Amino acid sequence: MKLRRKIYMVAGYNTISMGTGRKEFNPKKERAGLEELLKEAGQGVLKQIGGAKNVDECVIGNFIAARFNKQANLAGFFPYIDEGLTFKPCIRVEGACGTGALALASGIRSVLAETAEVVLVMGVEVQNTVKAIYGADILAAAGWAKERKDGHAYFFPGKFSDRAGKYFEKFGREKTRKAMAQWYVNAIENARLCPTAQEFHNTTKDLMAQGLLEPNPKGFVDNLNVFDCSKVSDGASGIAVVSEEGLKRCGIDIKDAVEIVGLGQSEYDITKPPADFTKLETTANAVKKALEMAGIKKEQIATVETHDCFTIAGIMAVEAIGFAGHGEGPDYVLTGNTSRKGKVPFNTTGGLVGWGHPTGATGVHQAVTILEQLTGKAGNAQIEIPKDRPYGLSVNMGGDDKTLVSIVYKKTT
Amino acid sequence: MNYTERFENVTVMGAAGKMGSGILLLTALEMADMSLKQENKGKTFLLYALDISQPALSGLMKYIQAQVVKAAEKKVVGLRKVYAEHRDLVENCDIINQYVMDVMNIIRPVTTLESAYESTLIFEAASENPDLKIKLFSQINQNNKRQPWFFTNTSSIPIGYLDKEAKLEGRVLGVHFYNPPAVQKLVEVIKAETTKPELAEFASQFIKSLRKIEVPSHDFAGFIGNGHFMRDALYGMSEAQKLTKEMSFVEAVYTINKVTQDYLIRPMGIFQLIDYVGIDVCQYIMKVMAPHVKDENIHSPLLDKFMEISIKGGQNHDGSQKDGFLKYEKGKVTGIYDPDKKQYIPTIDIAAKCDDRLGTLPKSMTTWKAVVGNPKKEEIFKNYFAELETMNTFGAKLAKEYAKRSKAIGQKLVMDKVAFNEKDVNTVLLTGFFHAYGPINDYLN
Repeated sequence: MKLRRKIYMVAGYNTISMGTGRKEFNPKKERAGLEELLKEAGQGVLKQIGGAKNVDECVIGNFIAARFNKQANLAGFFPYIDEGLTFKPCIRVEGACGTGALALASGIRSVLAETAEVVLVMGVEVQNTVKAIYGADILAAAGWAKERKDGHAYFFPGKFSDRAGKYFEKFGREKTRKAMAQWYVNAIENARLCPTAQEFHNTTKDLMAQGLLEPNPKGFVDNLNVFDCSKVSDGASGIAVVSEEGLKRCGIDIKDAVEIVGLGQSEYDITKPPADFTKLETTANAVKKALEMAGIKKEQIATVETHDCFTIAGIMAVEAIGFAGHGEGPDYVLTGNTSRKGKVPFNTTGGLVGWGHPTGATGVHQAVTILEQLTGKAGNAQIEIPKDRPYGLSVNMGGDDKTLVSIVYKKTT
Repeated sequence: MNYTERFENVTVMGAAGKMGSGILLLTALEMADMSLKQENKGKTFLLYALDISQPALSGLMKYIQAQVVKAAEKKVVGLRKVYAEHRDLVENCDIINQYVMDVMNIIRPVTTLESAYESTLIFEAASENPDLKIKLFSQINQNNKRQPWFFTNTSSIPIGYLDKEAKLEGRVLGVHFYNPPAVQKLVEVIKAETTKPELAEFASQFIKSLRKIEVPSHDFAGFIGNGHFMRDALYGMSEAQKLTKEMSFVEAVYTINKVTQDYLIRPMGIFQLIDYVGIDVCQYIMKVMAPHVKDENIHSPLLDKFMEISIKGGQNHDGSQKDGFLKYEKGKVTGIYDPDKKQYIPTIDIAAKCDDRLGTLPKSMTTWKAVVGNPKKEEIFKNYFAELETMNTFGAKLAKEYAKRSKAIGQKLVMDKVAFNEKDVNTVLLTGFFHAYGPINDYLN
């Protein structure tokens, strides 16, 4: 399948990913909520596209504010962001941690359907309203509710700990744990270059030692330590999905845009365990479709933003995309291929482990990061995009490899 | 009667106090965990929280509930297994709420001593008054037909003395928790000569189950903890007194407090520690210890002087520090009391002058906070004290003398057969007083 119109993304904006790790974070003090974060990110985009008058439709991605913030009907916040959005068509989408990219996909479809030339797409999540142990209950909704009772107290870390355990059995514990630690090191080193990253202030000297900390099954899960996990984050991201006409309307130079050339979506039965715990098969399926639509090979990709909710998920995604064979992900990571100086830099501003994981916003944040990298606006986190590889790839995952969206982005100049 | 049976009916006396509330919390959690075991289904576990004040008991129940929530949040991974059969408890919050209810359901706040007449185990954390303890023990013992065991939290009164005076026939053991019991790892266990061995065996199992560190002490007034601390404090106060020949009292207190905290790399200076424990409590403990110590004068006229003007230190109900020798603002020392002027003198007025007199600081000096968790601290202290050894500043001299005195106190505790060995002395200071190194060491020659 091919996209029937040219689609672009422009005018990205990320708030700070707020939570433990940030100097200004104090769990006991009040901080920005849904309203403030949406306003900041929404206005951040609108300013770059000539204001609300240029917007045809709006999509907001949010996983579960109904429980974290006792708030539903989030589409209603668009006119709050800017009065100019009053009476415009707005929609909210949800697909657990894959929500953000679903919002992007929804925006892309609107432009393809020619109901819109400019779509404002946002993602938001505010999770520091409860302690992590209760947050785990809320986030467990990304899995099948009937599995909750017999699941781990930390439900999702438990799921990926099980995957890591199976991976250890099959491919060796020591090397895999080392690669997971290396993934963590890369994430923090990248986050230190991005002022909005949750780990921007991280000054730990021996990151490797931290990453290698032995898991504590009594207090947490069997096969992951806390550094293997993404963070509890508050944040919002926004971006505009536009057509060629939309670009003109907003007065945006094509060099400040990325072209969307591939979109792959894939779903797996939420009531079923993975066929193979050591593989992310739905991820592989979505990426394959995205690359096929773009008509490119993985070797043409310059950078990837992948959904490393846990370090093991990062390594398994490397395999799912096809950069390494089954069981060879750890070697690929350990030899430095995914680091910012490696063959294919992954998660150049820290990913979910380093930048943060405001669940419903993550997919949008990934798109903003790739937009910045491909347009040379990534600041200190900027990597080199080789001329012969002008593509970026994002992978956003909801649940345990259930709701997948993969997008291929192309540099425009 | 096995371990579980012994726990089926328990009383904590002085439950609303600082020590009592902590012991109540630990005991309640232990009992609840037992009650939730499959084999104990159908058994009733009762824990009487006994205190004289109803308002204090109301406050206590609120405190306990908040603490149980925290404990449950920490151990929810295990609790999910405990409640695996309860299919209606799905989320962590369901399980935590149920556990809190199950713990609270065990506790009975009471003000009448009669409640203890059915108990088989009695924790006593009443005030450190021998006559009061003896009176309470006797009365319970005379009315309780179940041959109860008495675990006293005294930090200074000889257990044998309590046994004899209250006629407990060896059913008493010193189980001395450190403040706050819920946090501090150390428990000093003191057997009187007459104490039945099964009490100590039971206590060991309990302490182990709480994952705390047990250090045995001989039955000698003050035991190891206060045996060291009271003498250390007396030395600090006498050193300050000596300094008043050449400086003001306020400057002397500043100087000794600084030497004992910064130069000795301890968590707090000796005057701050006296304030933390309470000037009144220190005075009382010395009074209890004094008659049992023949070769030393365990008494401080300086403490008496402060008590006369009603400056007592200790802590407020919210855990914040009350003013004593020192004045505190948000936990930080900001002044020192001048008994002549009857007011606190701001430390900034005198600090520069005193620091100047103390001389240049050792280059390798570090802070307690920076070193206490460092796995290489042994080496750090070796280097630090080696440097201190070569220094002749006023501060270095005071520090060296103080460290030597602290070591001598520790060694004498072993010689006097208060502590079983030097290691136990060090363990008490490391775990009960949070020192970063034991007083009995070879850092100084």
